[in-house]
Amino acid sequence: MAAPTTTPAHPAARAASKRRLSRRTAGGVGPIGLGVATLWLSLIVLAPLAAITIKSFENGLGGFVDAIDAPAARAALLVTLGVSLAVALINVVLGTLIAWVLVRDDFRGKSLVNALIDLPFALPTIVASIVLLSLYGPQSPFDIQLNATRPGLVVALLFVTLPFVVRSVQPVLIELDREVEQAAASLGASNLTIFRKIVLPTLAPAVLGGAGLAFTRAIGEYGSVVLIGGGIPKETEVASQYIQKQIEIDRFVNAAAVSVTLLLIAFVVLFTLRTLGGRAARREEHAG
Amino acid sequence: MRKQAISSAFAAAALAVGLAACGGASDSTSDAGDAAAADGGVKLGLVAYAVPKPGFDQLIPAFQKTDAGKGVTFSQSYGASGDQSRKVEAGLETDVVNFSVEPDVTRLVKAGLVDEDWNQDANKGLAFGSVVTIVVRKGNPKGIKDWDDLLKSGVEVVTPNPFSSGSAKWNLLAPYADKSNGGQDAKAGVAFIDQLVSDHVKVQPKSGREATETFLQGAGDALLTYENEALFIERQGEDVEHVTPPVTFKIENPVAVLSTSKHPEQAKAFKDYLYSPEGQELWAKAGFRPVDEAVLAKYKADFPDPEKLWTITDLGGWGEVDPALFDPDNGSIAKIYNAATS
Amino acid sequence: MILTRRTTLSLRVVALTYLGILVALPIVLIFFRTFEDGFGAFWDQITTPAAISALSLSLLIVAIVVPINVVFGIVTALALVRGRFRGRGVVQAIVDLPFAVSPIVVGASLILLWGSGGYFGFLESTGFKVIFALPGMILATIFVTLPFVVREVEPVLHEIGEEQEQAAATLGASRWQTFWRVTLPAIRWGLTYGVVLTVARSLGEFGAVIMVSAGISGESQTLTLLVHSRYIDDHNTFGAYSASTLLMVLALITLLAMTVLDQKRTKDV
Repeated sequence: MAAPTTTPAHPAARAASKRRLSRRTAGGVGPIGLGVATLWLSLIVLAPLAAITIKSFENGLGGFVDAIDAPAARAALLVTLGVSLAVALINVVLGTLIAWVLVRDDFRGKSLVNALIDLPFALPTIVASIVLLSLYGPQSPFDIQLNATRPGLVVALLFVTLPFVVRSVQPVLIELDREVEQAAASLGASNLTIFRKIVLPTLAPAVLGGAGLAFTRAIGEYGSVVLIGGGIPKETEVASQYIQKQIEIDRFVNAAAVSVTLLLIAFVVLFTLRTLGGRAARREEHAG
Repeated sequence: MRKQAISSAFAAAALAVGLAACGGASDSTSDAGDAAAADGGVKLGLVAYAVPKPGFDQLIPAFQKTDAGKGVTFSQSYGASGDQSRKVEAGLETDVVNFSVEPDVTRLVKAGLVDEDWNQDANKGLAFGSVVTIVVRKGNPKGIKDWDDLLKSGVEVVTPNPFSSGSAKWNLLAPYADKSNGGQDAKAGVAFIDQLVSDHVKVQPKSGREATETFLQGAGDALLTYENEALFIERQGEDVEHVTPPVTFKIENPVAVLSTSKHPEQAKAFKDYLYSPEGQELWAKAGFRPVDEAVLAKYKADFPDPEKLWTITDLGGWGEVDPALFDPDNGSIAKIYNAATS
Repeated sequence: MILTRRTTLSLRVVALTYLGILVALPIVLIFFRTFEDGFGAFWDQITTPAAISALSLSLLIVAIVVPINVVFGIVTALALVRGRFRGRGVVQAIVDLPFAVSPIVVGASLILLWGSGGYFGFLESTGFKVIFALPGMILATIFVTLPFVVREVEPVLHEIGEEQEQAAATLGASRWQTFWRVTLPAIRWGLTYGVVLTVARSLGEFGAVIMVSAGISGESQTLTLLVHSRYIDDHNTFGAYSASTLLMVLALITLLAMTVLDQKRTKDV
């Protein structure tokens, strides 16, 4: 799935169309349409998230901190963050490598492999869980037992986050102007130098962006880890499993607090990476 | 293209609605029982705890063959007893409930969904039961025969989370009753549970059935569960055997009809069928201990008598035991679980 | 960078091995396990009354969620691209929000909002059930699929610009005519791609739906819930594999549609 970027229209064109603008906004939806869109987003997205945020602070800030400081909650969050970080790092390396092979290499069946990358997007998470469990669980044909272990969690999360870095890096690699590389090579730069100084900086924003998406997806993942993870508190229980358990025993404030924590972590990561990526991109532009 | 898309979407929706309306269907490949709801037929909802499905799989078709059960279809839901009870309390509509422990019915009485006199009949609202047993790997490699063996170094025990599962409560009451001599020495009982949970219980399955799954997937050396569940998985050919300690606990699983049921007549007829001689035989065949003494005697081979069988009445009834031991904030066993795992 | 043949080959081998073990091998194994007893056994498992009901419930949810997302998605995309208002960035961020939210958190927040103890809980007393009923499952699915149509239509709207629509307006077309005859055909491939993504995600949603569904076999189980319940509750591993294979086939069809549409929309613009 290509990640569409919303590039603003070129300033000159925008100004030109403003001048040509008739009193009726020809293709737009006007204030009613905007109102409908706002109401829609509020009802579907904002209202539930507001509810859970309000609930998490029902016992005040102290109650919130107590809820996420409870040993099992803390453990669940640490396991989740640790495993997700590992997955993001592995994806950075292997995702970039796979994108490289898909763009710069050519072999029979490449388009099939390329399409396969999107499979984790299209596959239901619970199916991923069962599929991995059949391979690495008690009925494993290779006698590899990964269920109820942290490596098992890592494998499941690698599966579902596979497309993020790859699809993020591919378009940038395709756009990469090879002339700069060739110029550097003709000046005597080694492959490693070229990669470090020319290719990598250009790819960096995309890699970071993809890694951020992968990390965010991993910390919230449930369906693909629910069967293979085993849910052992303090060992393989992830935050989403902890939240679900708390909801089921009517401990709503605990569930809400951990949920809001996950949301905050996701926002911080995405925001940081977007800023870093934006800065790196701007540096690139200025460097010419 | 757009018009085509819209009309085919509508067609798909209509078809889907039509199919989905034939609800409450069975998931077995062999029986065609519930596929079509007869016109004017009654659909009874059954919300049960995690493990009685093997029993109901036999009893429901048999009930449908009786006069009272003609044309009655069922929608069934199985899950952890506490979770199921909370769902019904939160508004899940149904007609008959069958939970693992009495407090899960009491919750519904308090919510006004079950009449207060639900267990005043001759059978006290109990249609069948079981005993607490220990399931071990085939050949019993760790030689587990009694509660004390569970505390042997390195033994890992699988038992569900008592906050969501009824099975978990029975599992813990058995060694508790043994060690505390029927509740007389509560301290000794709680001390044993403390050691068991803190040092030997790692996983926290949600329900009795999930605990079985976890054990079968390779976790743990001993699974505490209902005798009927042990029989069920043995009959399925799993590589396990069960050992019932000489002193164990009598499990009694309540059945109740909701006062808000839309089909009180059929619901009561179904409940009565569970007690009928025919029904009791089916329970026994499925591995559940019937309450009918005659039927129980017939199936002695499956249901050996333990040396001492404690009951909840011996401990003072659920009204006393549940708050004292399992109250989420103050219960002594609840506190142990909280300390060990939360 | 000119890489030696050896480097190229090693990179290729690493990539293909990783993908092979991570993605291809498990999929192949499930297909194998599902069909090793013949097609008949598989067919039996996916035609039980409960399975058929699960499939139709999943399709019903798709049939409701897709039109809603198409309508509101296009409105939102138009508002974001053509509208002139402050706070566009905020609205854009809200549209992207569902990508950052865990499905369990979606389910939890819906329960806290619409559940009987929730902030909108008074609705339950009127008899209109949201949680543990179809509306809850619909709301959960709409939440997770909300961004797709918007994000796929937005860039197309940017690309085509407003000239054609302006032209239509000056020629006297009403707003609706402009939309139907000018805008809609222009965005059709982006829209279709967004619809395909929505369908795939709706069919595959698990974490959010399992929390708000009553989970009653034959009534309120979607296909994904059926897979889970067969594996955990029924101890029916083969049945779980069969239902998974059915979902995998649907996923592969989606993948195919995505690939074809991707080519069409990059060609068409």
